[in-house]
Amino acid sequence: MRTTRRQFLILTASTALPATATAQIDPNMIANRKAAFQAALKRVVGDAKVTHGRVKLTLPPLIDNGNSVPLSVVVESPMTDADHVKAIHVLTEKNPLPDVVSVALGPRAGRATFATRVRLADTQTVTAIAQTSDDAFWSDTAEVVVTLSACLEDGLI
Amino acid sequence: MARAVVTVPPQARRGEIVEIKTLAQHTMETGFRRTQTGELIPRDIIHSFRCTYNGTEVYRVELHPAIAANPLIAFTTVATESGTLQFQWAGDNGYTVTEIAPIKVE
Repeated sequence: MRTTRRQFLILTASTALPATATAQIDPNMIANRKAAFQAALKRVVGDAKVTHGRVKLTLPPLIDNGNSVPLSVVVESPMTDADHVKAIHVLTEKNPLPDVVSVALGPRAGRATFATRVRLADTQTVTAIAQTSDDAFWSDTAEVVVTLSACLEDGLI
Repeated sequence: MARAVVTVPPQARRGEIVEIKTLAQHTMETGFRRTQTGELIPRDIIHSFRCTYNGTEVYRVELHPAIAANPLIAFTTVATESGTLQFQWAGDNGYTVTEIAPIKVE
């Protein structure tokens, strides 16, 4: 027996749809990542006040490839036993995980500097937070434009 | 297989701040990528780095999947006395690498 046009359409519609439906991007992704960033910030600083300044976060303003981006953090501090930086944290807003790196240092480091290479998923704002020995928090942000993102297959918006 | 390179000046003056660069060979698989058949590739990263100067910890770094492959860590330390700097990387699936660099302080 030949399949009619109507039967064929019903058959294809019922088999093809569920497969595509599972490949959808989570519609709440932006909200979820914003919440994850806030949660990470809360975990780092608690209820303390974060002041802008003393920290200098350097990132190239325009990035061709988000898979390897040079990042450096310099914090103004005398690095003595009485007054030094004890932690540096870097957080992102739109990466799948907000944490990038956490550094624990002390007067033995001599200078509060740190450099590495990071992955960035999208055009976004990167935040660096430094905790000094008197438990004050200082921060700096850098805006970056990413043309080719890391983790492309993640379905970025 | 597991290789790491460190750059430490061989000698320094007492109290001088020396720059140290370290590079570990590692893919830093994020755990967010998928294979062509759609299976998630499990996370495999270096999650911590530690530098000790004659047994005293001077620098510790906690790494996350957002660190690029072959993680570079550049930092400074004060040359206090002659001895050795020990660098330790630890990661998923039992990855550990230890590198030692001597330093002479005058």
